[in-house]
Amino acid sequence: MVDNFTKTLMSNTLNNDLKEQLVANFQATEGRLNGETKSAVHQTRRAAMQNFETLGFPTIKHEEWKYSNVSNLVKQAFDFSVKTEFGENELATLSIPNLEGNVLYFINGIYNPELSNIVSPESQLQILNFGKAVKENPTLLETYFAQYANYQNEAFTALNTAFAHDGVVINVPAGKVVEQPIILRFITDARSINVASQPRNLVVVGKNAEVKIAEAFRTMGENGAFTNTVTEIVVEENANVQYYKVQNDTEKSYHIGTTQVCQKQNSHFYAVTVTINGGFVRNNLNIVLDGQNCEAFMYGLYFPNGKQHVDNHTLVDHAQPNSYSNELYKGILKDKSTGVFNGKIFVRDGASKTNAYQSCRNVVLSDEATMNTKPQLEIYNDDVKCSHGTTTGKLNDEALFYMRSRGIPKAEAQTLLMYAFCEDVISQIKIDSIKEYLEGLIAEKLAQ
Amino acid sequence: MLTITDLQASVDDKAILKGINLEIKAGEVHAIMGPNGSGKSTLASVLAGREEYEVTGGSVDFDGEDLLEMSPEERAAVGIFLAFQYPVEIPGVTTINFLKTALNEIRKSRGEEPLDAAQFLKLMREKAKLVNIDDSLLKRSLNEGFSGGEKKRNEIFQMAMLEPKLAILDETDSGLDIDALRIVAEGVNKLRSPENAVIVVTHYQRLLDYIVPDYVHVLYKGRIVKSGPKELALELEEKGYDWIKAEVAATM
Ligand SMILES: Nc1ncnc2c1ncn2[C@@H]1O[C@H](COP(=O)(O)OP(=O)(O)O)[C@@H](O)[C@H]1O
Ligand SMILES: [Mg+2]
Repeated sequence: MVDNFTKTLMSNTLNNDLKEQLVANFQATEGRLNGETKSAVHQTRRAAMQNFETLGFPTIKHEEWKYSNVSNLVKQAFDFSVKTEFGENELATLSIPNLEGNVLYFINGIYNPELSNIVSPESQLQILNFGKAVKENPTLLETYFAQYANYQNEAFTALNTAFAHDGVVINVPAGKVVEQPIILRFITDARSINVASQPRNLVVVGKNAEVKIAEAFRTMGENGAFTNTVTEIVVEENANVQYYKVQNDTEKSYHIGTTQVCQKQNSHFYAVTVTINGGFVRNNLNIVLDGQNCEAFMYGLYFPNGKQHVDNHTLVDHAQPNSYSNELYKGILKDKSTGVFNGKIFVRDGASKTNAYQSCRNVVLSDEATMNTKPQLEIYNDDVKCSHGTTTGKLNDEALFYMRSRGIPKAEAQTLLMYAFCEDVISQIKIDSIKEYLEGLIAEKLAQ
Repeated sequence: MLTITDLQASVDDKAILKGINLEIKAGEVHAIMGPNGSGKSTLASVLAGREEYEVTGGSVDFDGEDLLEMSPEERAAVGIFLAFQYPVEIPGVTTINFLKTALNEIRKSRGEEPLDAAQFLKLMREKAKLVNIDDSLLKRSLNEGFSGGEKKRNEIFQMAMLEPKLAILDETDSGLDIDALRIVAEGVNKLRSPENAVIVVTHYQRLLDYIVPDYVHVLYKGRIVKSGPKELALELEEKGYDWIKAEVAATM
């Protein structure tokens, strides 16, 4: 009796260490893999797991995690079984109006073919969920999977790589212009239990090809949610990719995500990251400009309130000459929220004629909210144009008075000004349904 | 309509208005003149409700209501309009959107139905013609990158849209060439009626050739030191302010 009781107690204590839960889960999963363990993908998973075990979760002593503390996350117990009752009825409550295109649903990280709809012809677009791709297109995975995201040194990327079982693998063949956008909806159903999910995505966009992709994250329910996501995007020569990341999670959710982009010469990449809600959000956007005449644009918007924490880390690596990058992140912080912007620009010694611009602007509406901004420029070439700037301030009092003197009530004038502040980022979103969805959410959030 | 009694105001503990008395009746046009730094803009701002100015004494009655108790938006709703000396640039908010919001808020506070998009556009076209302001300007962000003259015309356009009872024009003429000046003045004159009143704050007599005032007041060091008929403006133009300053000095 006593022994059993002690055992239960012990296992409960153990279960509250997330790292140990993950190690145990990795082993259990591996045991069920049956033959796949010899595959190249699984060898990578195993190596990544070893890295994770060595690295452990980062603490605030780690320079890149100084302002983003995951100590509460790593003490929680999560369910990895991903069981969910989520279906059409639940979806109806979370629907995005006028959603058109290739819409794929991942519930608790697992692809749901019933809810999903792929409309583009296969000649334009090959979409497989990760598990299927491992079996049906191993060459693609062997060529690209885990070749870009750093699972050697980044604990969360290592962890995601170790657990890379689902997510999406997208291949746009050379010369194809995918007319319909791809919208990936990652829904965490935390209504009955703490849920962990680790989607892993790979997007390969061939020479001269074009595609628009949105990742929309949403959490429902009152329990904890831990989403650790990695998306690798390869933009081949002269290809054009628009990438949108949209987050509307809950106060108890943790989202850690890395988008790793590799651009080949003459390619164009646009990213817009919008965080509406999320208890703890860490977005890493890393772009390597591995070719000449590339253009990379990074936009971000975040609206933390309450005790929310939003951390955007961006990295542009100008590895080759003659490329251009431009970055604009904007945030509005309320209540006791915290924000982090860390923008790194690397210009390698060979990367002459680089143009790199970065700007981060914030409106902090409460004395108890904090924004930490850190631009980091590491430039090893003299023949470059680089600039960066960060501002943190309040709403413009003159403008407020002007608007009020015309009859617009204070609260509404503030909302209008805040919305106007966001406008130049919102206008970068080129998928209509996503833009309208966000406009609604932003207006709602700003009026709170 | 407006009764200002012994109005005193300060900013950062510095007294700027030191006892203003002024009575304005419906249908009248009052010009307020005076050297730079006299407190003309301060008076205009206090009437519009700018919070950085602290009212330290006196009262302002507008149609039987205590104006000083009202928020800026409430003042707009009862019919006060200030054309700013320095209109503010607001990136990201178009003039159209801004004015539609403003107009419908004012209508709402008066218990009127909001205008729909078509009604609003019709009204806007009509008023834009009145002040000769281009459609394309109105689609842009409010005052952003506007020339000085465009900003001033935009102020008068907004006034035309909102149809205030009491319009306060703070140096709307400064920086305008003679054509623009005439357009602005015509805009104001078209809005004059027995029911509303205008306060024209200006440095120069020339605007008053077009907007003919019933009274001219000289504001100096936070007080109205002289009032008279429209001819006073001509006299000031001719002789400058030194004789007024001397008169004030003599009485002190
Ligand atoms: N916001 C302010 N802060 C400090 N001083 C001010 C402010 N506004 C006006 N003043 C001062 O008050 C006085 C009157 O200014 P103002 O009303 O602008 O005069 P006018 O419009 O007649 O030129 C000036 O001495 C000016 O420097
Ligand atoms: Mg002035």
